[in-house]
Amino acid sequence: MIEAVDQIFVTVKRWIVMHSPEELRTLVSILCSVVPITLVFPLLFALTTLLERKGLGRIQNRYGPNRVGPYGLLQPIADGLKMLTKEDIVPRAADKVVHFLAPMVLLVAVLLSFSVLPYGRKMVPIDLDAGLLFFFAVGAATELAVFMAGWSSRNKYSLLGAMRAIAQMISYEVPLVLSTIPVVMLAGTLSLTTIVVQQAQFVHGIASWNVFTPWGLAGALLFLVAATAESNRTPFDIPEAESEIIAGYLTEYSGFKYALFFLGEYLGLFALSSMGVTLFLGGWSPPFHFLDWLPSWFWFFFKLLGMIFLFIWLRGTLPRLRTDQLLRFSWKFMLPLCLMNLVVTAVWRFSDEWHVPGALLFRWIICLLLIAGPYVLLGWFFEPKVGKRVYRYAA
Amino acid sequence: MHWSFYVVAGLTVGSGIAAMSLRNIVHCALLLTVTFAGLALLYLQLNAQFVALAQVLVYIGAVAILIVFAILLTRSSDIGSQSRRSLLAIASGALVALAAFATIAKAVLTSPTVKRDQPSAALQFSVTQATSVQDIGQQLMGNYVLPLEIVALLLTAALIGAAVIALQERRGAE
Repeated sequence: MIEAVDQIFVTVKRWIVMHSPEELRTLVSILCSVVPITLVFPLLFALTTLLERKGLGRIQNRYGPNRVGPYGLLQPIADGLKMLTKEDIVPRAADKVVHFLAPMVLLVAVLLSFSVLPYGRKMVPIDLDAGLLFFFAVGAATELAVFMAGWSSRNKYSLLGAMRAIAQMISYEVPLVLSTIPVVMLAGTLSLTTIVVQQAQFVHGIASWNVFTPWGLAGALLFLVAATAESNRTPFDIPEAESEIIAGYLTEYSGFKYALFFLGEYLGLFALSSMGVTLFLGGWSPPFHFLDWLPSWFWFFFKLLGMIFLFIWLRGTLPRLRTDQLLRFSWKFMLPLCLMNLVVTAVWRFSDEWHVPGALLFRWIICLLLIAGPYVLLGWFFEPKVGKRVYRYAA
Repeated sequence: MHWSFYVVAGLTVGSGIAAMSLRNIVHCALLLTVTFAGLALLYLQLNAQFVALAQVLVYIGAVAILIVFAILLTRSSDIGSQSRRSLLAIASGALVALAAFATIAKAVLTSPTVKRDQPSAALQFSVTQATSVQDIGQQLMGNYVLPLEIVALLLTAALIGAAVIALQERRGAE
C-alpha cells in the first residue's frame, strides 16, 4: 500500500504509455514527463505569489490580499487575468525580435533545468549521468536572456539593470557551483539520483543527509546565500531595485511578457531550491526512519515549500544591499569560504578512518574550527572596508 | 545519417554565417551563441554528453557573456555599424579559417573512430557507446592526473589572484 502510493505517478505514467499506440510511445512517454512539470511548477508559482503577498503582509502588520475569493485565495487568477488583458507595449526604438525572444529564452532555460531533478523515488524525468552539470549548464543561459532584455529595450535603466544583473549572476555563480562541489567529492558522482539515494540511508533511525555534516552545513548555507543572489531575491534584488533604477531590465516589459519574466524568475527560484533540497536536504528522503511511510514525492515538495517559505521570510526581513557591497561580498567572502569548505570536506573524508572513542565529536570540532576560523578572519578583514560612508558631493 | 543531424548542422552553420555577416554586432554575438548551442547539440548526438554540457557551461555561460560584456563596455551599443572590411582582413580571415579547417579535417580523417572502408561515400561515424562521466573522471585521475593538477593549480591561483587584486583597490587610493 505504502509502496503503491509512493510510486503512484510512475505507475500511472507506465499505464498511459502501455495503452498508447506502439509508434507513439516515445512521444507519449516524453509528454508524460513534460506536461506535469509545465503544469505543476507554474501552478506552484501562482500559489507562491499569493503566499508571498500574504506572508509579506503579515510581516509588515497588514492583511495582504483578502478581497478576491475566500481569504483572497483567487488572487492569482485575478492577477493572471490582469496580465493577460494588459496592453503589450514595445518601445518604438526597441530591437523587436530580441525584445520578443528574451522572456522566452529565460523561460525555456529555466524549464529545462527541471528535467533532471529527482522528484521522488524513481521519479526523475531524465536520469542523466551528469545531471548536476546539466542543471548548471542550462542555468547559464538565463544571464543571456537578461542581457537580451536589457539591451533590446534601448533604455538606459534597462541596460544598467541588465549589467548589474549579469555582474551579480556571474559573481554568485562561482560560489554557487563551488558550494556544490563537496557533495560531488563525497558522493563520487554527478548523478542527482545517486546523490539522493546515498543520503536516503538511515543511521540510528536518522537520515544521513549532507546537511548533518560540518561541510554539508557550511555548504548548504553558502548555497542558500548564492541561490538567493542568483535568483535576484532580496537582499540581493539590486537588478530590479524599483527605487533606484525603476525596474532594471524589466522596465520596458508590460503585459504578458512581463508575466513571463516574473514566472521565469520564480521558476528559477524553485529550481535552485529543489537543487538545494536534492544536494543537502536529502531530496525525497524523510528525515527519520519512522516517517518512511509518507510518500517520497510528499517529502520533496514539503521541503521545497519550506525553502520557499524561507525565501519569503528573508524578503520580508532584510534590506537591500548596495551593488559594490554585493559584488565584494561574493568575491572576497563567499569565494574563500567555498574554497575552505573543500579543504574541510577533504579533512572530513580522510578522518573517516580514525577509530578512537569520541572520534566523531573530535572530527566535528576540527571541521567546524576550520570553517569558523576563516569565517571570523574574513569578516574581520571585510568589515573595515565597508567603513564609514563619506559624502563627497552632498554636504 | 539521421534527419536531426541535418537540422542541427544547418542551424549551426546558418547561425555561424549570419554571425559573421550581420551589421549589428550584438546580433552577431547572440547568433554566435546559437552556434555554440548547435555545436553542443552535435556533441550530444555523438553521445559525448560531458563534452556537450561542458560546451554549454563554458561557451554559453562564460564566453558568450564575456563577449557581450566586452561589446557593451568598449563601444556604444546603439549603433552597430562595423567598419568596412578591407581586402587584407578578408584574406587573413580566410587563411585562418582554412588552416583551422585543415587541422580539424586531418584530425577527423586520421581518427581511429572513423571507418573509411565503408562502401558509402559519406563517412560513417562509429561512436556508438556513450562515454560516461565516470570514464572521463577515471582517465583524468589516472593517465592525465598531472595536466589536471597543473590546470587546477593555475585556475585556483588565477581565482585567488583576482580576489587579491580586488582586495588592494582601496589601499592604493588612500
